[in-house]
Amino acid sequence: MQVTRFPARASGLADRMSGFIAHLRMNGLRVGPKETADALAALSAVEATDFGQARQALCVLLAGDAEDWRRFDELFDAYWFNSGKQRTGIAQNTHVRVQSSKPMIWQTDNETARDGSADTDQATAPDPGDGEAEGMDGKLIATRTANLSRRDLRELMDEQSLKQAQTAAERLARAIRDRRSRRRKHALRGPALDMRRIQRASLARGGEPLDLYRRARPPRPMRIVALCDVSGSMTVYSRVFLAFLKGLVGTGAEADAYLFHTRLMRVTDALQDHDTLRAAGRLSLMAEGFGGGTDISGSLESFLNGYGARALNGRTIVLILSDGYCSADPQALGSVLARFRRKARRIVWLNPLKGWQSYQPVAAAIRAAEPYLDAHLPANTLEALAALEPQFRKL
Amino acid sequence: MTLSDVQSGLAAQGYVADDWLAMALHLAQALGRPLLLEGPAGVGKTEVAKAMAGWRDTRLIRLQCYEGLDASHAIYEWNYQRQLLAIRASEAQGGLPEAQLFSDEYLLKRPLLEAISEEKPPVLLIDEIDRADEEFEAYLLEILSDFQITIPELGTVKARTRPIVILTANGTRDLSDALRRRCLYSFLDYPSKETEMAILRARMPEIEGVLARQIIGVVQALRKEELEKTPGVAEMLDWAAALSGLGVNDLARSRDEVQATLVCLLKTAADYDAAPPEVMDRLIGKVA
Repeated sequence: MQVTRFPARASGLADRMSGFIAHLRMNGLRVGPKETADALAALSAVEATDFGQARQALCVLLAGDAEDWRRFDELFDAYWFNSGKQRTGIAQNTHVRVQSSKPMIWQTDNETARDGSADTDQATAPDPGDGEAEGMDGKLIATRTANLSRRDLRELMDEQSLKQAQTAAERLARAIRDRRSRRRKHALRGPALDMRRIQRASLARGGEPLDLYRRARPPRPMRIVALCDVSGSMTVYSRVFLAFLKGLVGTGAEADAYLFHTRLMRVTDALQDHDTLRAAGRLSLMAEGFGGGTDISGSLESFLNGYGARALNGRTIVLILSDGYCSADPQALGSVLARFRRKARRIVWLNPLKGWQSYQPVAAAIRAAEPYLDAHLPANTLEALAALEPQFRKL
Repeated sequence: MTLSDVQSGLAAQGYVADDWLAMALHLAQALGRPLLLEGPAGVGKTEVAKAMAGWRDTRLIRLQCYEGLDASHAIYEWNYQRQLLAIRASEAQGGLPEAQLFSDEYLLKRPLLEAISEEKPPVLLIDEIDRADEEFEAYLLEILSDFQITIPELGTVKARTRPIVILTANGTRDLSDALRRRCLYSFLDYPSKETEMAILRARMPEIEGVLARQIIGVVQALRKEELEKTPGVAEMLDWAAALSGLGVNDLARSRDEVQATLVCLLKTAADYDAAPPEVMDRLIGKVA
């Protein structure tokens, strides 16, 4: 251990490192006590006095995915150099105020954080000496700004609507089940006897057909990939749609759910949480920037380039839940959907605006998209979603 | 071993690693942890493992993942045919004890078991882990954290030496948190201009400065265009080889060859249509 490098506070580094790990955890990285020990071990394997090396080493060790990888520098600086973003504006409603006041428990170990930067990086971050007061903001703010931009989706979901959404989603999933298979396959339980197997197995029993094998038509579920727009213009409908997504993922059908605004994120795992409220909590952590602008074609494209390779196949129905208001080039949407068409079986656009009377698809993006859609259906309430079942049967 | 050793060692193998990757590889060896590499296709994730094996002068054991990969293909399997033959052959002598039947002799070692039973620590490359099913990740957990494999009939096989494990992923599927937590992580992006130039120099020293600069410039500009399949480093090297094979010295003066050799860079029909001569003229004009 680097006892010689921190002569005055040999135990201090461990403390400060656990502070850093806690700071990362509050910012959404999946790290725990084991990582604290690993981080100290990692620092002993490199030149810990070289700030660049220390940062690289910690990033390699602690980042878990590409998202963490990109954010790490900022988080690192926020903690060790007190250079978090300045917070602007004040909390609007009571809920946010409560949330933002939570991290105040950090005030106590804030002092060690400041000392940490002074000790480890004397060359790069000269301690101003009177930084006691400003020192507070550094690592607190990195979290707070992030928290402020998150919407709590818990208020968007209640038991009643969830149940309704679930039934609607279940019915839809049943309606689009693939009924093509006529062939029977070997099964544990089934209506027909598998004579061939029975004959073969009877050899071992001296010709007596003791083991009975059966055959059944295999279930061939359609896979559903739902991409839901959560941008500003869709805020009113997100309650319905998120409940619907939750229902869809919870039906046991093969379903995959994604949210997008200007970026795309996969929410299937969060939605699969059995505890509804916790699922909503996890969702709200993910829906960072929820209610901002939209980049439909960009999000769909990043889906195709990433998850799409695995998520799409000839038995996949793609549901796009969006109003089609898009800040990017509408023509791009057409070409992205053309690529979708080549990979997926059906593309269905559920449009909340289409539920309105005298709706015309005038938005440029929708017009560019329409030629590639198998269906463009209205969906603005749970009832409307439930009424889609006969339409889906036709697909 | 220090950080610069890693870089110079890989450089000797013709692999140019940037600081972040070198740090990741250094830590992976120093801490004995597996390294997860993510990034777009064609940035040299697989090549890292080959270069590592070359540098450490050790075996490279590669496990290519695919949908449906299971333990019997990745870890071990019993050699049933041999077991049956042995039973038949020994029947005359009064049979074979069962313990002998399930011994090393009848064990078929697949890549993962092979990797932990080598004398000299090999480089184990688990390629495109996101293509394998989620269940397979669970098999990996025991191996990656404790470097041991449990075979019910034989007991637990502990690693004699710790292999250097490199996993690669393209992000077609989310990997489980459990797997990510056991690994060091590094994200490889397309190389910067300088790094890519160094790669080209290392791999093809015969290409002259002007041409090299033009090639890198055009490839870097192409990556900014909207393409379905962005050309990676491997494609860039292919293209450079094609151009130098045709005796091209200056892209601007050999337009026909450039257009003909674009097949090395662009791999779909749509991308090929997206780079007509006019676009290439513009890109070449910019770097010339």
